[in-house]
Amino acid sequence: MLNSILKYFPFFTDAEVPHTVAARPDTGLYSAKLGIWLFLASEVMLFGGLFSAYIFLRIGAEPGYWPSGLLNVPVGTANTAILIISSVTVVMAWASLKMRQLAKYKFYMLITILCGAIFLTVKLSYEWPAKFNHFGVFIKKEASTKYEDFLGNKHLEEGGQPPRWEISGHLLDAPKGSAYAEQAVKNAEHFAHETHRHDFVTPAEDDYVIQLDPVNANPSDKDNDRPHFLQRPLSDKIAVIKASDVESASVFAPRHSTYFATYFLITGLHGLHVLGGILVFLYLWLPFKGGTKLYHSNPEHLANRVEIAGLFWHFVDLVWIFVFPIFYLL
Amino acid sequence: MATIAPVEHGHHVGTDPHGEHHHPELGFWQKYVFSTDHKVIGVQYGVSGLLFLFFGFLLMLVMRWQLANPGLPVPVVGEALKGVFGPTVMTDAGALTASGYNVFGAMHGTIMVFFGIVPLAVAGFGNYVVPLQIGAPDMAFPKLNMASYWCFFTSGVLMMGSFFVPGSAAKSGWTAYPPLAGIADLEGGNIWLNGQTVWLVAMVFNITGSLLGSINFITTIIQLRAPGLTWMRLPFFVWAQFVTAFLLVLAFPPLEAAGFMQLTDRVFGTSFFMPTGLMIGQKVAQSWSGGGSPILWQHLFWFLAHPEVYVLILPAIGIVTEIVANNARKPIHGYKPMVYSLFGLGFLSFIVWAHHMYMTGMGAKVAAFFQITTIMISVPSVILLTSLILSLWGGSIRFNTPMLFATAFLPMFGIGGLTGIPLAFNAVDLFLHDTYYVIGHFHYVVAPGTIFGLFAGVYFWYPKATGRKMNEFLGKVHFWTSLVFINGIFFPMFIQGMAGVHRRWYDGGATYEQLTAPVLHWNQFMTVSAALLAVAQLPFIFNFFTSWKLGQKVGRNPWDATTLDWDTPTPPPHGNFDKPLEVFRGPYEYSVPGHPVDFHPQTQRN
Repeated sequence: MLNSILKYFPFFTDAEVPHTVAARPDTGLYSAKLGIWLFLASEVMLFGGLFSAYIFLRIGAEPGYWPSGLLNVPVGTANTAILIISSVTVVMAWASLKMRQLAKYKFYMLITILCGAIFLTVKLSYEWPAKFNHFGVFIKKEASTKYEDFLGNKHLEEGGQPPRWEISGHLLDAPKGSAYAEQAVKNAEHFAHETHRHDFVTPAEDDYVIQLDPVNANPSDKDNDRPHFLQRPLSDKIAVIKASDVESASVFAPRHSTYFATYFLITGLHGLHVLGGILVFLYLWLPFKGGTKLYHSNPEHLANRVEIAGLFWHFVDLVWIFVFPIFYLL
Repeated sequence: MATIAPVEHGHHVGTDPHGEHHHPELGFWQKYVFSTDHKVIGVQYGVSGLLFLFFGFLLMLVMRWQLANPGLPVPVVGEALKGVFGPTVMTDAGALTASGYNVFGAMHGTIMVFFGIVPLAVAGFGNYVVPLQIGAPDMAFPKLNMASYWCFFTSGVLMMGSFFVPGSAAKSGWTAYPPLAGIADLEGGNIWLNGQTVWLVAMVFNITGSLLGSINFITTIIQLRAPGLTWMRLPFFVWAQFVTAFLLVLAFPPLEAAGFMQLTDRVFGTSFFMPTGLMIGQKVAQSWSGGGSPILWQHLFWFLAHPEVYVLILPAIGIVTEIVANNARKPIHGYKPMVYSLFGLGFLSFIVWAHHMYMTGMGAKVAAFFQITTIMISVPSVILLTSLILSLWGGSIRFNTPMLFATAFLPMFGIGGLTGIPLAFNAVDLFLHDTYYVIGHFHYVVAPGTIFGLFAGVYFWYPKATGRKMNEFLGKVHFWTSLVFINGIFFPMFIQGMAGVHRRWYDGGATYEQLTAPVLHWNQFMTVSAALLAVAQLPFIFNFFTSWKLGQKVGRNPWDATTLDWDTPTPPPHGNFDKPLEVFRGPYEYSVPGHPVDFHPQTQRN
């Protein structure tokens, strides 16, 4: 019976589909250009869903549970600039192809690819790892007065600001059995090496010992009420926190808080988009059949490919333009 | 079918000296499996969809047995089911466990919606028929089309495979509400290899395939219309697919985002949907930092899942419109208002989602907004249904099998729609929420509504795809028995629901007998109806396979139809059309006064 079914489908290759390169006169578009715009519409909804989640969770967060000022603003600014530059160079690459200047195209495309690669490298080798070595504990509300020196809630209340429940910095010693014990040992060695202090070592088995962020070191300092453009180094001050006073404690990983969950999910998904863009650009830059080889048989087709890949790249750039302020600045 | 197929083919290649013996393996895989031809992909999607529909129906049969005979072993197949699904789902005696009931319930919903109807209605019929109806040689992006099917295929394999992971498949409902879905099967289990996690991964593949397909549909319809085929000359089915594709492009991504979030909640311990102070078994959950919102999931889920309802129904309305016009031998009444109504429906479907969430206590003002939009959406729905009924008026109707299913669609969809109106109101919904009334309501829309529309489509386009008609007598047996028994299942649900029977009761309400006694006996009636409905599908299955060889042979245009899909050779070859096309008129010029025959094809100049 199967043969009788199969004989109805005697096909070997794609059918000749019109408007793959030349525009359809009444719509003024070649098909891929329409396709990429529709794809971008779906991408707007995808990131729209994530940004709505950000708004929903941030509005719904209990006072004091949505941090700010934890990300490195100069690095983020530099990365923003890099992405914007790459958006310009990808247009130059496309324009060079339209003018049939292959060498210029290759040059500008290379710059674009490098910009994307720098962006990802900064994210993956500097920004994210720094977070994974930064530790925060949320203090139980009933125990918070014990840690007033690090939380400064009186000062915050007088200034009409939301309370602070978190103490953060580098973990120097963890309670017994903690998953972060190894990390704490490394940090402790580093801390001892820098400060020549050894007095912090293991006061009790169920304590967290944390080398404090400036904001927890001097929580009542007015200077800490405002965000800082330049990231300030950790203080030399140490906090010892009883594990029984802790509501939850972890490094700045997705599981730490809904803030970092949204941060890592959105920047991670954005990073995947950057990676996808780089791979497509590499394909169009290298002498593949659909890459620069295509220039010699059908340069307009290659220009079209660069155009739609570029549209995608602009979108990725645009997403970052939203990501940067909502996570780094607000 | 699937198991014998490769064997038969191998036999053919080995023995037939005139067969395609130059590159037999490569040829087979490229032509019939990894094909880029829209017709092959349409059939792949369609057959997959039919198989999933049948499987989802069988899950429901086991559940219905349990509802009517709580705790009794499933007859005949009970022990076999134990062997297949394991001890989580079936007891040693072969009865459905409580956990198994939840598994089957969640998977029935998931499979029917995302693996049955959408693939068959949107991707199956859409792929096969839309390029033919607009006079295109193929879809705009044939390779993307193939990628779409294989994304769907992967998701299907994952979803079926999830029955066999430890703890069996997802059991938190097809809506996967957290925090229940967030914690399901995690304690002591593998965080990756469990039902709910696999469900999420499978859904991400499913959504990706669906997005690729719908982008392709919109581009194809805009870019590849034949010369002269202006927008208002498009067959209504094409319009329906056009709006459906927009719904999919815009509504599915938020669910994909939500799926990622629930996945990271389960795998990386984030708290997108896990609230502060969550208690699991009298203990505060320690695995999550808290601060998340279960309601956020409901918003993101229903932002997809309400438009999804229209994704399920619009292609069926499109099919029914084609068949009604063709068999009433009359132009569609109010073609343009119907097109505008489609757009109205499409737009409004994005702003009604929270009517699924009245129970969350959203407050009177928000509820008022969603009540108003929900009532507004009935206006375009009624325009569509009324236009179709008026299209029958004064026609000389041919009641062949496709037409029987199409006409039955109208009152069935009507019942489904009208019973939804009380649910639009907050006050009524608080009483009826999660009762069998709601189940009856949406099943009338989707089962005797959409599925009847899809059956109509199968009978209608089968001759185009195979060159032979399906048997009329068997078709009529299939229709009349299905019509009776499907109502036997769903109508009593309204009665039970208004008496307060809850949709999630594993014993059909026996525990609450003092409340449910007056309506409990309907359980037996519905279960018998469901079993008979299964029997009623046998003529269809038999007909579907035998007609391939034995059906009445037909030419290009067996139904005397006007649209371009009947202007190709039967079955259509690669590239579809054997002549240059030009379109001169609208899609439904039937019984035009002065014309010698009662149909005037779109490509005929005079």
